[in-house]
Amino acid sequence: MWDPAVKRVESILRNWRVWLAVIVVLPVLAAVVLWLALPLYKDPAANILSNPIWFPIIVAVVMLLSILTSTAVCILAERKLAGFTQDRKGPNRVGFWGLLQPMADGMKFFFKEDIIPHNVDKPLFMLAPCITLTISLIGFAIIPWAGDVHFDWMAAGETVSTQVASLNIGILYILAVGSIGVYGIVLAGYASNNKYSFYGGIRAAAQMISYELPMGLALLCLLLVCGTLRLEEIVNQQAQTGVWYVFVHPLPFLLFLTSVFAEANRMPFDLCEAEQELVGGFHTEYSSMKFAMFFLGEYAHMITGSAIMIALFFGGWHCWGLTSVENTAWWAMLIKLGVYIAKIAIFIWFFMVIRWTIPRFRFDQLMRLCWLALVPVGIVLLIATGVLSAVMDLQDGWNWLASLAVNVVVLIIMLAYAARSKTSITGRQGNMPDVDVRPT
Amino acid sequence: MRDEDVIELREPELSAAERLYLPQIWDGVKCTVRHMFSIKLRNETVRQYPEDSRDTRGEVRVANYRGVHRLNKDPDGRVACVACLMCATACPVNCIHIEAGESPWPDREKYPVKFDIDELRCIYCGMCEEACPVDAIELTPQHDLVGRTRDEMIFDKEKLLHIYEETKALKPRKNPAITGYG
Ligand code: SF4
Ligand code: SF4
Repeated sequence: MWDPAVKRVESILRNWRVWLAVIVVLPVLAAVVLWLALPLYKDPAANILSNPIWFPIIVAVVMLLSILTSTAVCILAERKLAGFTQDRKGPNRVGFWGLLQPMADGMKFFFKEDIIPHNVDKPLFMLAPCITLTISLIGFAIIPWAGDVHFDWMAAGETVSTQVASLNIGILYILAVGSIGVYGIVLAGYASNNKYSFYGGIRAAAQMISYELPMGLALLCLLLVCGTLRLEEIVNQQAQTGVWYVFVHPLPFLLFLTSVFAEANRMPFDLCEAEQELVGGFHTEYSSMKFAMFFLGEYAHMITGSAIMIALFFGGWHCWGLTSVENTAWWAMLIKLGVYIAKIAIFIWFFMVIRWTIPRFRFDQLMRLCWLALVPVGIVLLIATGVLSAVMDLQDGWNWLASLAVNVVVLIIMLAYAARSKTSITGRQGNMPDVDVRPT
Repeated sequence: MRDEDVIELREPELSAAERLYLPQIWDGVKCTVRHMFSIKLRNETVRQYPEDSRDTRGEVRVANYRGVHRLNKDPDGRVACVACLMCATACPVNCIHIEAGESPWPDREKYPVKFDIDELRCIYCGMCEEACPVDAIELTPQHDLVGRTRDEMIFDKEKLLHIYEETKALKPRKNPAITGYG
């Protein structure tokens, strides 16, 4: 009885025309509803869209929902790209081109048996995935999604900021939230009462402590130049001068990028869940929705990480000739948001390419990379940038070229040193004893 | 051990560029991206399973494909097995369970009252087919078997005989010679 109906639904969902229609019709529908609903709010006093308290809440809800959805899409993208790199096609059964796969995955996770092993520390065991997901999501709060926006019904010159919270300690918030993120993993490892999980948790903690340093150093270099901790001001500065900070600080950007990889526990830094050594590490004992939360947390962390990186180094919503600080019309807001999302998409693609390219580090390599390469380079860069910004105002005119030049010089020195030294940066031949393997 | 038997293996010396690790990463990324965007490679490699399987392409080697078992019938329509238990003995994972009974027919002594194969436990090695003296048990080219429960996947005599009926057109029973039994 079910078969024909199921087949019918299936064939509808696998038709690309249906998807095209949905993609076209949904925004049109949304626009019509908005167009009908907006006049109701013409009264400025009652208008929640221009209220500085309500607007951030709306932004928060909208962004939270879209990010939770996009993590699901990210998982599909990851599986597709994983397939593509291995000359496969990836999931392509559910819906047209596999577009409904995230839904199928989610449903599967929901209906899986939720096993809580007997000897676990129950409260912590339940808490850990919640912490992971929450922490990776609250990073969104300070991201200036689309700058300031002015709606028609607001008084002239008045704007609201498309940011959930405009913190004056923005960057410190990033550091704080980033380092709490590991608590979920450590707690999961501890609560699981399983030595492999525990080992995974410990690895995560050690890795986090180490990689906080280069991240902090990179941020310091940035702060020396921009002189503010507010994320939206950093973005505005880049938009005004048109020089993204990645051009001023290419090496700090690399440090930051590496640290974000490490903090998001992505390949090649996913030692805490190394399947081959630790049977899945911290999430070995988790099943069903709890496991899904770890999974979502990882992808949400990736999105947050890239969003923050883009705000700091890639000019946020800024794109030359397309968006500017002055243009605060609502359609400009949409363009800015689009630019931001496009940048995030590129970054996530990059994350995935790296994941499917570089094999996982050994733990000592991981530590060596951090303490013997990233931290010294970070310190040198910090000193160089400090000296430079004492001599001249790097925000001024073409002065940023000096910073770029210094970076290049440091890079060359670093590479020359690394190439000359006997040990590779990953310690591959560092401790090889010179043994004679012949039997005596 | 002679001296020339010893092969000395050493890690190759890394060149300066390799020690830097960065050029290697770049090469790796290039390779990844090349594969990622090559639709041609993908289409050459991937075969969509149910639509384009070896069955549909007619590439299955019917004679020696090791799929689900069947119990052959002799020309009179009786089960060909003589319950000698050779297959159960030969089976490396002990997944064949036979209960022998006295045969109602004059030309043989025993026949299987019960004949169960646990298809989940079976490793499809084909030892049973090799062992059978009357070629009664055979593996068929049928490979897509599914079940909702474990019990469903324990195939009994009726089911195995039914599989014979299903597959005999595709893979007729060989002439059972050796013993002269039907
Ligand atoms: S194919 Fe191998 S494992 Fe399966 S029943 Fe026959 S002998 Fe046993
Ligand atoms: S070896 Fe052949 S004849 Fe003997 S019990 Fe098995 S199937 Fe029957």
